[in-house]
Amino acid sequence: MEKIFSARDPSALNTETLEINFGPQHPSTHGVFRMNIVCDGETVVSLKPVMGYLHRNHEQIAENMSYAASMPYTDRLDYFNSMSNNFGYSLAVEKLANIEVPERAQYIRVIMAELTRLVNHVSVIGFLLNDLGAFFTPVLYAFREREKILDIFEEVSGARMMCNYFRFGGVKYEIQPHILQRIKEIVKKFPKFLEEFEALLSKNEILCMRCQNVGVLPKELAVSASITGPMLRASGVDYDIRKVDKYSIYGRFKFRIPLGEKGDVYDRYYVRILEMHESLKILDQALKDIPATGELVSKKMAPFLKSPRNFKPPVGEAYGRVEAPKGELGFYVVSDGTPQPWRYHVRAPSFINLTILEDMCLGHKIADVIVILGSVDIVLGEVDH
Amino acid sequence: MDTRFPSEKAYPFDSESSVGMKTEKIFSMQTLDQIFIIAKKIILGVTGHFLPDWACLLTSILISISAIAVLGPFTMMYLTLLERKVIGRMQNRIGPNRVGKWGLLQPFADGIKMLTKEDIVPLEADKVIHFLAPLFIVMPALLVFAVIPFGRNMTAVDLNVGLLFFIAVSSTTTIAIFMASWSSRNKFSLLGGMRSAAQMISYEIPMVLSVVPVIMMAGSLSTNSIVEAQSRWHGLKWFVFTPWGFLGFIIFFLCAVAECNRSPFDLPEGESEIVAGFHTEYSGMKFALFYMAEFMNSFTLSGLAVTLFLGGWQGPFLPSWIWFFLKTYALIFVMIWFRGTLPRVRVDQLMGLAWKFLLPLTLANLLVTGFWYFTSRPVRIAGSMVLLALAFWILTKLNRDVVPEKRVYHFAE
Repeated sequence: MEKIFSARDPSALNTETLEINFGPQHPSTHGVFRMNIVCDGETVVSLKPVMGYLHRNHEQIAENMSYAASMPYTDRLDYFNSMSNNFGYSLAVEKLANIEVPERAQYIRVIMAELTRLVNHVSVIGFLLNDLGAFFTPVLYAFREREKILDIFEEVSGARMMCNYFRFGGVKYEIQPHILQRIKEIVKKFPKFLEEFEALLSKNEILCMRCQNVGVLPKELAVSASITGPMLRASGVDYDIRKVDKYSIYGRFKFRIPLGEKGDVYDRYYVRILEMHESLKILDQALKDIPATGELVSKKMAPFLKSPRNFKPPVGEAYGRVEAPKGELGFYVVSDGTPQPWRYHVRAPSFINLTILEDMCLGHKIADVIVILGSVDIVLGEVDH
Repeated sequence: MDTRFPSEKAYPFDSESSVGMKTEKIFSMQTLDQIFIIAKKIILGVTGHFLPDWACLLTSILISISAIAVLGPFTMMYLTLLERKVIGRMQNRIGPNRVGKWGLLQPFADGIKMLTKEDIVPLEADKVIHFLAPLFIVMPALLVFAVIPFGRNMTAVDLNVGLLFFIAVSSTTTIAIFMASWSSRNKFSLLGGMRSAAQMISYEIPMVLSVVPVIMMAGSLSTNSIVEAQSRWHGLKWFVFTPWGFLGFIIFFLCAVAECNRSPFDLPEGESEIVAGFHTEYSGMKFALFYMAEFMNSFTLSGLAVTLFLGGWQGPFLPSWIWFFLKTYALIFVMIWFRGTLPRVRVDQLMGLAWKFLLPLTLANLLVTGFWYFTSRPVRIAGSMVLLALAFWILTKLNRDVVPEKRVYHFAE
């Protein structure tokens, strides 16, 4: 008591900071993420992310099994977007073993990857709004659309989320014409849903107040911290691996890369909405151009579908990367000529995007920390692989 | 001894002779209107035969109390169901429909669940205060039912300072919330308590000031006289139809939403930020008591808004109490609608809204009401509208920093 009131000047009050342990059991840390926050009142003074609560030794496990056997494990990295994860891993191994992918399979891959992007972006915006305190309404409308796409995944691969659909040199199952027709319908109706979604959200005064100029990530910092994906593009850096690498058949499609101005939460939110519009354009073109018949898996790889353990890529190393919905997802594989990879490494985009959390949060309120975390778009399965 | 309350005396159809002179149709209408009063009188008439006068008075009081004690929790139980149903519909789902027809028995199932749950008290908690907080939060929520006029002659206690009583009693909720948050020894609770203290005290001020114009025009603090003051035009001359009343109503309603911690001002219990705020460490029936208080507060505050600005129980054709409940539930529906639509504001924005915007606006509203009182008809409508629009415009201009900015997005090929 003496200490508090000893000073005459009220501004010299002896106050203390409060250390709060956010998570791992917290309703809005998107899983088992933990933050040690030191705050002065409600203002964040320091923030330390603590990861690893969902660590499952993903890389080590993959080094002890055949190449094809770790395909289902990649589903569990970012369990919202198993198709993109499969895509990245297939690309890496295909580079390693020099495998050509047939035309039809290429198109199916692109269609699935872009549908995954829609799934991810629409639900991450829903969750972001949930973090903002909107009581589940946006997230449930987002999930209504997500369900339709998951139904498609279920029909083509047999699973809704853990698809395990890609194979080295192609894809596993044939895609039926009526499914393509249904995808066409989804693509046709999606812009209307997006407009409705946006009408409710984008100009909402509370959303603008909460998101604009919050969690600003400057261009230079984003580049030097090797941030990728929509977060980087929201900061105004033109970098999209679909354009840079033109992997698979992305070089054939016409689409644009939306760029933000300030790099705040609102830009990250809006860039994702614009990206969905561009994804729809890609889907539109891919559905038009897809050949009606063709091989699903290249001739070279067809025998290994039945006996994956006999697949031995030549000695060497390869790095395959895709523009996953969360950023650059890379797989680094080193082969020593045996059926198992000698080294297997995942460049997880949400893990690397998360490293910069403290820089974005300092000086903001606790409520903003949650929103900034939501705008980073993490999935703990990928962060703690 | 006359056991009737003063408010009952004022009713013109009270004596049997006047009722008998009306036609049958009007008679039935009035019976319906006064059905609860008549029921009470019948009970009192029966007991009056064999009980002494003081016991009759006691019975009369007991009847009123038990009516409120039943109505309060019952309203709360069905408000939870209503909220879940309405929000479910807004969110493209069905809502509870398993227990009973249309889920009508869901509140009872919830009640049983709450009562049979283990009551957990944290080891480090201040046990006495931790126990008292849920009681202290329900008490004011029930007490304020006493001055709400549910219908013609249906005010339990017609206090001549009813409005003051309501505001004074409901403001003690802050103390209970702070007790809960402080005694839990939990940092999330503490943050919730700090937010709640700041929020409820800040919003109390514009709320009280937005009520003052009504008091000026009605000339009384009694809730009954305020309703009576809106009785012209067949009970449709509500205060909300005047410029100052409209603005006052909007401000009062916003503050009421903030007072009962509902979205978008649900910071003290902001789920995504501070888990459950001040009731993080409560479980079982104690937790249910917090919810009960919250729902009863939203009911009574909507009821007060109806009383002050929407003519209370006044209205044509239907019995008075039906009018009251219709209007109140309409306001509650709006509250649920807010919850289903809006994200939450941040703590500094919340404070900014109260102090920088609502408070000056209520002061302007007070001035306009004075102007309205002292001028005659054609001048006052135009004049007060212009003055209020001016005040509104100036305040929005001054608070320009929170207006959303337009963004332009570029595309790279």
